[in-house]
Amino acid sequence: MTSSRTVIVLKRFAQAIPTLFGVIVVTFLLTRALPGDPAAYFAGPAATPESIAQVRAALGLDQPLPAQFARYLQDLATGNLGQSISTGQTVLSDILTRLPASLELTLSALLLSLAIAMPLGILAATRQNTMVDHVCRAVVTAGVSLPVFFTGLALVYVFYYQLGVAPAPIGRLDFAYISPSPVTGFFVIDALLAGDGETASAALGQLVLPAVTLAIFTLAPLARMTRAAMLQVLASDFIRTARAAGLSRRKILLGSALRNALLPVVTTFGMVFSFALGANVLVEKVFAWPGIGSYAVEALVVSDYAAVQGFVLVMAILFVVINLLIDLSYTLIDPRVGFDG
Amino acid sequence: MTAVSPTVVSPTGFSPAAFVDVRDLSVDFKTRNGTVHAVRHVSFTLEKGRTLGIVGESGSGKSVTSYALMRILDAAGVIAGGGIGFDGMDIAAASERTMRDIRGREISMIFQNPRAALDPIRKVGHQIEDVLRQHVQADRSNAYEKAIEALTAVRINNPRERYHAYPFELSGGMCQRIVIALALACRPQLLIADEPTTGLDVTTQKAVMDLVAELTRARGMAMILITHDLGLAATYCDHLIVMKSGEVVESAPALELFRNPRHAYTKKLLKATPHGCASVRDLLPEDEAPRAPAAPLAVAKDRTPLLVVDRLVKEYPLKSARSGVFRAVDGISFTVGRGESVGLVGESGCGKSTTSAIIMRLLDPTSGTIRFDGVDVGATPAAKFARSPLRGRLQMVFQDATDSLNPRFTARRAIADPLLRLGAGGEGGPMPKAEIGARVEELAALCGLPAHLLDRFPHQLSGGQKARVGIARAIAVSPDLLVLDEPTAALDVSVQAVVLNLLVDLKDKLGMSYLFVSHDLAVVKLLCARVIVMKGGRIVEEGACDQVLGAPRHDYTRSLIAAIPHPPL
Repeated sequence: MTSSRTVIVLKRFAQAIPTLFGVIVVTFLLTRALPGDPAAYFAGPAATPESIAQVRAALGLDQPLPAQFARYLQDLATGNLGQSISTGQTVLSDILTRLPASLELTLSALLLSLAIAMPLGILAATRQNTMVDHVCRAVVTAGVSLPVFFTGLALVYVFYYQLGVAPAPIGRLDFAYISPSPVTGFFVIDALLAGDGETASAALGQLVLPAVTLAIFTLAPLARMTRAAMLQVLASDFIRTARAAGLSRRKILLGSALRNALLPVVTTFGMVFSFALGANVLVEKVFAWPGIGSYAVEALVVSDYAAVQGFVLVMAILFVVINLLIDLSYTLIDPRVGFDG
Repeated sequence: MTAVSPTVVSPTGFSPAAFVDVRDLSVDFKTRNGTVHAVRHVSFTLEKGRTLGIVGESGSGKSVTSYALMRILDAAGVIAGGGIGFDGMDIAAASERTMRDIRGREISMIFQNPRAALDPIRKVGHQIEDVLRQHVQADRSNAYEKAIEALTAVRINNPRERYHAYPFELSGGMCQRIVIALALACRPQLLIADEPTTGLDVTTQKAVMDLVAELTRARGMAMILITHDLGLAATYCDHLIVMKSGEVVESAPALELFRNPRHAYTKKLLKATPHGCASVRDLLPEDEAPRAPAAPLAVAKDRTPLLVVDRLVKEYPLKSARSGVFRAVDGISFTVGRGESVGLVGESGCGKSTTSAIIMRLLDPTSGTIRFDGVDVGATPAAKFARSPLRGRLQMVFQDATDSLNPRFTARRAIADPLLRLGAGGEGGPMPKAEIGARVEELAALCGLPAHLLDRFPHQLSGGQKARVGIARAIAVSPDLLVLDEPTAALDVSVQAVVLNLLVDLKDKLGMSYLFVSHDLAVVKLLCARVIVMKGGRIVEEGACDQVLGAPRHDYTRSLIAAIPHPPL
């Protein structure tokens, strides 16, 4: 039993390898397929055909595609993602500073979202067609229909401008503080690790509004899925058995029902996570959050191909990793995984 | 009313003599279309150590009565009137908290479809522990031992190993034992068994029921057995009540009810139960319009049978063992003559459904031949058989009348489906649209489906009507061989009686051959002249029905026959 589950987990890991390789091939071809000649671009506007050819040779672009791909792989292996023309930094260092910002925002938003969506969904399912259910529906509809830049601006207006309880929306940390030395890249955690409570609370203060904005938006799919899955499970035979055995309502709801309803919720969570990570550009813009989404948009606007390529690659790898984690969590939740299929 | 002691004497005045005392119970369900009176003025009593059978067909309110007894009705259901006394206590008035203590500790319930009745992702041992700990029958330190004890009590081999199993790893019979262990873990006084063996094989049914009867007797418990099967109820119950449309129509000791049924409905039910009657016509009520006697069932003696199956094998690769294969069908050979009915009998997993799917050309055999009317139909792969000119001559009636109909097709469209695809004779192009309407109505009339029902969708039809649609669809293209895969397994006995008669009539009129797949020897006997008994993918016995049922040669056939619950006549 346990050994066969280990086999399933290992198999799932092995399945991720060809996917990752496919991702690398696609990002490689993608930049080759983009319009414009990078050699001409890098050589500058005053370049002669000779200097362009020189740059092309220097970039290895005169080689046949397989050779270029081999070189690309080599670069990847050494962590060389190229140079960003807009920031002047290597793409790798840009991503390493900006990805944690996005991850910190997305993760805290989703945890908040889950903390609200699951109880809401459970309540709505157990009290179907009552006030709670209608409130849940209203919250969910409002959350998904209001654009994030609007909710973000509204929150800033109310809590910063009017009430003054929130800090100014100027990124991850006020200028008065020094960024904590990076361990996890998450400012709040890093500051706590460094024992700097003041910086931690300042970073947390900065995080609250953007996280709430994103949480309101991601609430809808999670709450709806929790409600639907709970409704289906609560109607099943084994819940009737549990009731007939005199198990307490709490135990039935949170024990058997929720655990059985968790699979579709986890699936949705994975999708929402992947989606939110790349698509929270608007939130990042409103709060001047130095995340990877705004980085990619800026790079795209100025045709910074190396940066775009790096972004696409990193996001694709993240998607693969998240899906891997989701699939692995299935095997923890459901003992049947891998036996039916 | 003056209560001397508020705890001992119930103010509702239930006699302390009757252990279970249901008086004038009514249960209503509030639906969108108004209130449904599911149970109306039901009364009965039950003493400790006795067994009561509640018998009725689907929709009779028998399950709702028992749910009311445990107060586990759906949110829409309410006890609208009457009272339920249990050991001197008023169940209908008890608080939810009290009820939770009673459920599982004083009154327990076991259900049909045992695999679904267990939490699919929790170890069965832990599920038993949940109940024990809820009712403070065990704590953390001894829960494991108590759970093992409960598993041992229901005679599960290797209980320490099974403790860690999940329901999907266990057979249906094993799951029902787990459900029983769970229900009896806290030693309740009353056990309610709601169709506990529906969907289980006859031999498993006997084992499960014998176990339940023995445990309840040993512990001096009372039991309520809810079933649609009169034979089962009579075998295991002292007293029976018969319910119809929410009301009790008859209540009598089991023997008395069988020897001398008074109510017309009881008589009809008894008659429709296929036990030991000689002809399929005997299943129908006497007052129904007399029909021509069914043509005698004959064993075909022609030299060129319609269907010849020779050394048929179907293997599936096993997932766990690297090199092993599972032989679902293990080299079976048999024939079906023209105009003959052959029964294919066996328990779940014996390979009868695989065999019928291969003959229907829905599945490819691993080896062996199937000759249909002289043609080697096995040579055409199943994936391409839909285009074979023989497709229309080989048709099937499926087990689940509901699931085998497209929910978005009306009855008319469902019956017309094969005509649109295969044409009237199953040959050439589809039937012209103009002729289809008339043909569908003709088929409906043939199958006894009133024409005004043709425009209804499956969810607007009853089980029996859906079965008729399924049969009309199968005979639409005038097949020579009809494979009937347990066509009445999901139907009530009285509906089964009508459908079986319809099948006999159709065969006489249209001259088809039947391959009747079933687990129920009593039904097969009424429809088939010859029967094939399968076990473990092989044929263990084959012969004329009378001979196989009357003087079985193989031990397995004997155990199958012995397991059929017989009414005490």
